[in-house]
Order: sequence, then structure tokens, then C-alpha cells
Amino acid sequence: MHSIPGRRIIISVFLVFLLLPIYWLVNMSFKTNNEIVSTMTLWPQHPTIQHYVRIFSDESWYSGYINSLKYVIINTIISISVALPAAYAFSRYRFLGDKHLFFWLLSNRMAPAAVYALPFFNLYSAIGLFDTPWAVALAHCIFNVPLAVWILEGFVSGVPREIDETAFLDGYSFPRFFVKILMPLIASGIGVAAFFCFMFSWVELLLARTLTSVNAKPISAVMTRTVSAAGMDWGLLSAAGVLTIIPGALVIWFVRNYIARGFALGRV
Amino acid sequence: MEKTVNQKAWFLVLPVFLVVAFSAIIPLMTVVNYSLQDTFGNNQFFWNGVGWFKELLDPSTDLGGRFFASLWRNLFFSFVILAIEVPLGIVIALSMPRQGWQVAACLVILALPLLIPWNVVGTIWQIFGRPDIGLLGYALNSIGINYNYVSNEFDAWVTVIVMDVWHWTSLVALLCYAGLKSIPDAYYQAAQIDGASRWAVFTAIQLPKMNRVLLIAVLLRFMDSFMIYTEPFVVTGGGPGNSTTFISIELVKIALGQFDLGKAAAMSLVYNLIILIVCWVFYTVMTNAGAGRRVKEGAK
Repeated sequence: MHSIPGRRIIISVFLVFLLLPIYWLVNMSFKTNNEIVSTMTLWPQHPTIQHYVRIFSDESWYSGYINSLKYVIINTIISISVALPAAYAFSRYRFLGDKHLFFWLLSNRMAPAAVYALPFFNLYSAIGLFDTPWAVALAHCIFNVPLAVWILEGFVSGVPREIDETAFLDGYSFPRFFVKILMPLIASGIGVAAFFCFMFSWVELLLARTLTSVNAKPISAVMTRTVSAAGMDWGLLSAAGVLTIIPGALVIWFVRNYIARGFALGRV
Repeated sequence: MEKTVNQKAWFLVLPVFLVVAFSAIIPLMTVVNYSLQDTFGNNQFFWNGVGWFKELLDPSTDLGGRFFASLWRNLFFSFVILAIEVPLGIVIALSMPRQGWQVAACLVILALPLLIPWNVVGTIWQIFGRPDIGLLGYALNSIGINYNYVSNEFDAWVTVIVMDVWHWTSLVALLCYAGLKSIPDAYYQAAQIDGASRWAVFTAIQLPKMNRVLLIAVLLRFMDSFMIYTEPFVVTGGGPGNSTTFISIELVKIALGQFDLGKAAAMSLVYNLIILIVCWVFYTVMTNAGAGRRVKEGAK
């Protein structure tokens, strides 16, 4: 690949720019609050893990992480399982209203969460799902299902049609073909789509906060508790922030080889 | 590849249709319903016709004034974001290492900001930018720049924009990188034989090949910056004054803050309509670009 002069410097400067704020967050999370407020230090003078200990020992804190993971996982499973057959249909067949349907799905991916916050609140209260992980998981489907369909459609289209035809000639039924042949072929695509569902559900706050109050409160909402009458508890807030970065960093590692193609929605 | 007509494919699409319809159509009906009514609490509603819409689209009223102010603010923000992030993203993609472990390392670091919950992104920059405890704010103030994003409008804007560049430039870079990776080596060899300059390689080979992913990047970035809520809300809370109150922030203020259902619903619909139009343009351009490419490849 041809590249530009000074590329090492450019990429290094940019990566430092990306890492600097994260470094500062990690730095703060290991300082005592006293040190944070009183002096300016580039690394903790008296490193402490008191903030982490507090998060892991206080149920209202760590349950926030569990709640977040619950709805993220439910959402990812729902999104992928409904999106898979649809992606196959969009990739292989033409049917009545297919283009309109695809556009409608796409437009939902783009719809602002702020518009849906209030009606979702009413809807999920009415059907008794308010304050459960299911409410948030279903609400997040509005942007994750279209996205999953979109990504998977790109990957299914990369599988040659002859493979379907050969399988059907060999006497495979449709469900068996789907599970035994197609799914292994697009395994990386499924991984990438799951990654994106995980990602967008994990980072979303507005809907997750609106649809929960006590029992299913996500970590991002718990974090607002660090504001108290005595001022901000910066150390605790930083430690909680660091812990929210870790799951993301872990899943990135697994999909690192497909990530670029995934961001192009399987359409490079 | 010709697709065959098969109406039974609807059965495969049905689950998606039901799930999305449940979370999109029912709430949207609620919004339409509210937008035409007025309420004085107690669940008593009165027919208000298009009153809210008239008020919303008339900049001289309070509601209209707020709507248009936040709309222009948001459009300006999206424009600045695109003007910075797209060229920067291309440059980053071109600067990516060629092979070895550095590629994986760069990709992981680039993707990291994208995986951080949006309110934590806000928190990170809130802490990073504070003049008393943040590295950025402290450093700027100690070299004599009076920087404070809480009280100064300009500083608040700079902070929100730098934060967005930090958060999302990686997306553009990763998309462009995916586009660059798909260029076969033969193209470069041909360019070398022709004695093409670096700039010629960029404009004649790399840019046209990145066309499609750039389009996705521009539109995704436009959409997401147009509905930005969490990050500026955490950092500036829409202030100082109203200087960083974008449409979503204004909308949530009206809907969940003041519980002005009618006004919020009317605003939601107009907001949604703008998104829908932009989305339609995106979709048309995308599908046409796809068709164009297929025709070209067929001709070869």
C-alpha cells in the first residue's frame, strides 16, 4: 500500500491523542480524592485501589455492571437471531416491497433516541416491562436489528449462490442448509454483527436510563450517583469509567482482524 | 448476480419486521397522537390540531425560537465535525502501518474510543478538560491560555468539538482503511510503471476506491452528530447558557424535563422528518452507486 510521507509521526501523534485522556482517567482512578483535589501529579503519588474496592464491595455499584451486561447480551442474541434469516432473504430474493422495507429499516437505525425516549417509557410501562433488562434490550433493537441486517446482508452476498443450489440438490432442507452450511460460512460476519450490536447497546445511555429506575439500573446511570452534596467523587467516577472500558477492549481484541470490514458494513 | 423473485422470502423477513415494528411504529403512533393534543395533566387531553406545529415552525414564538436556534447550532456543529474528521480520517488511514503486529495494535487503539459508553466519553473529557484537576485544562492554563469550558462559550464549543474528533475520527479512519485494503497491488504496480506521483496515486486510485466507504462515513457521521446527546450533555449540560444545546438536548428538556408532551411530540416529528429525508438521500445514492459499480464490473 502506498502511503504518505511522515506517516509514522502522524499515526503516533494521533494514537497519543487518543490515549492521553484515557491515561488521565486511569491515573485519576488510582489517586486518593485528597490528592486529586490538592495537587497536580502526572501519576499517583500514593497509589490506592480504594475506589475499585468500593465498587466491587457495594452491591448497588457492581449490580449496575451486571444489569448493563444482561440487556446487552439479550439484545445481541435477539438482534442476530432475527436478522440472520432476513439478511439471507434480502441478499438472495426479490419480493414485494423489499426495497421499501430495507429503507424503512435503515431509517430506524438513524432515528434519534431522544424522539423515542418518552413513547418507549409509556409503552414499556403499559406492558409491565419497565425496569427490566427486557425493556432496554427490546428498545435497543430499534437500531441494532437494522444494523445487524445490514452487516449480515453484505456478508451473505459474499457467499456464492452456487453453494445454496448445490446444497439443495444434495437434499438439504432449508433450515438444515442454513445452520449447517450458511452459518459456518459467514461465521466471521456473525461475529462482526454481534460485536456491533454489543457495542451500540453498551454505549447507549439515554434509552437505558429512561427505561429503568431501580432494579435494572445500568452502570452508566449508577455513575451519576457520584455527584453528591459534598461535591464530585472524582476518584470513584474515574474507577467506574475505567471498568466500563474493559469489556469493550476485550471484545475488540477478538474481532480485530475483521473490524475494518465490519465498520464498512460488509460492503467494501 | 440476479436475484430471483420469491414472495415466500417474506417469512424470513417477518421476525425482523415484527421486532422493529413493535419498537418503532407503536411509539411513533404515540408521538403523532400527542403532537395533535394538549394536556393540562391528569391524563386529560384536548384536541389541538396543528397548533403545535404552527408554533414550532414560527421562529418568533418561544418554542419555535428554541427549535431553530438548536437546529442551526446542530447543523453548524455537524458541519465543523465533518470538515475536521473526514480529511483527518483519510490521513490516518493512509498513515496506517503496512503489516506486522503494529497493524493489530493500531486497529485496537483506534477502535477503543468507539467502545466507550457515551456518558463515560463525556466524563473522560469533563475530567481531562477541567482547569483544576484535568491535564488539558491545567496545561493550557499554565501556558497562559485562559481556558474554562464551564464559563466560556468558545471554550465549551472547542471542548465539545475536540471530544467528538477524539471519539469518532477513528470510525472514518477505519472505514477508509477498509477501502484502501481492498485495492489490489496490481493498481500500484501499474502506477509505478507509469511513473505516477504520490498525489496522482491518491487522486486517481485511492480516492475513487474509497468513494463508497467515504460516503458511508460522511452520512453516518452526519446522522450521529445530528442526534448527539449524551456527550455534550455530560460535559457542558448544554451550557454555558444555551450555547451547546443541540436538538436532542432541547428535545429531552422539553419532553422529560418540562413534560410538555405536545410540544415535544411535534418537535420529534419534524426532527424525524429531517433525518428521514437525509436518510433517503443516503439510501438512493448508496444503491445507485452499488448499481453503477455492478454495471461497470459487468462490462469488463
